[in-house]
Amino acid sequence: MTLKAGGALALLLLAPLRAFAAGWNKAAFGSKSIADALKALGAAGPADTKDIVIEAPQIAENGAVVPIEVTSNVPGTQSLAVLIEKNPFPLAAKFDFPEGALPYVRVNVKMGESSNVRVVVGAGGKFFTAVREVKVTIGGCGG
Amino acid sequence: MAEPIRIRATLKGDMAEVRVLMGHPMETGQRKDSDGKLLPLHFIQQVTVRLNGKTVIEGQISQSVSRNPLFSFRFKGARAGDKVEIDWLDNKGEKNRAEAAIA
Repeated sequence: MTLKAGGALALLLLAPLRAFAAGWNKAAFGSKSIADALKALGAAGPADTKDIVIEAPQIAENGAVVPIEVTSNVPGTQSLAVLIEKNPFPLAAKFDFPEGALPYVRVNVKMGESSNVRVVVGAGGKFFTAVREVKVTIGGCGG
Repeated sequence: MAEPIRIRATLKGDMAEVRVLMGHPMETGQRKDSDGKLLPLHFIQQVTVRLNGKTVIEGQISQSVSRNPLFSFRFKGARAGDKVEIDWLDNKGEKNRAEAAIA
């Protein structure tokens, strides 16, 4: 194999990795409490805000599919994390918005039991949070 | 082979709403099969959304996201014909990608 071909092959192998530049935060997703997860995300001690709108059913009949819709009105929102307080591993999802997307997401999550759903938003190195309670009739993690 | 990703991207004024459906079991590692054996953890970990080649959303998700994940995202200043690309990568290294034009 020539050097040039080797270089091209290396580029080919690296290409799929570039699609996932952010990596997966194993420490945060492996945390068993919201406090530990936030620490691992570098977002410990967020301030309460009314500028995060969480839409979710008050009562979810099926914990396997609970739609959570989040809009951040915090100026300069760069990231948004969704945490389910009573799930074994609370951090469910984290989204970074490098540029061009609105700080909005809708995602379906599993909830093992009734729980607070907490959203933490990062903006300019500061962190803000809001919470919403969802009651679950039938849990959706095991079974 | 992973199931195809379905993307529906529609304009509402100058805002695009993108709905993405990914076929994936999203196993929590807590469920048992019919023989009572635990099904191993198997879930998407990373999701990337690009608009006209530029990364606009980088998502990390856990096994807490529902089976066959369904997401909605929104972009500002998008136009009809703009290209939306979606990539996912799971904990076993399986991946999938799809693209669609905003309609």
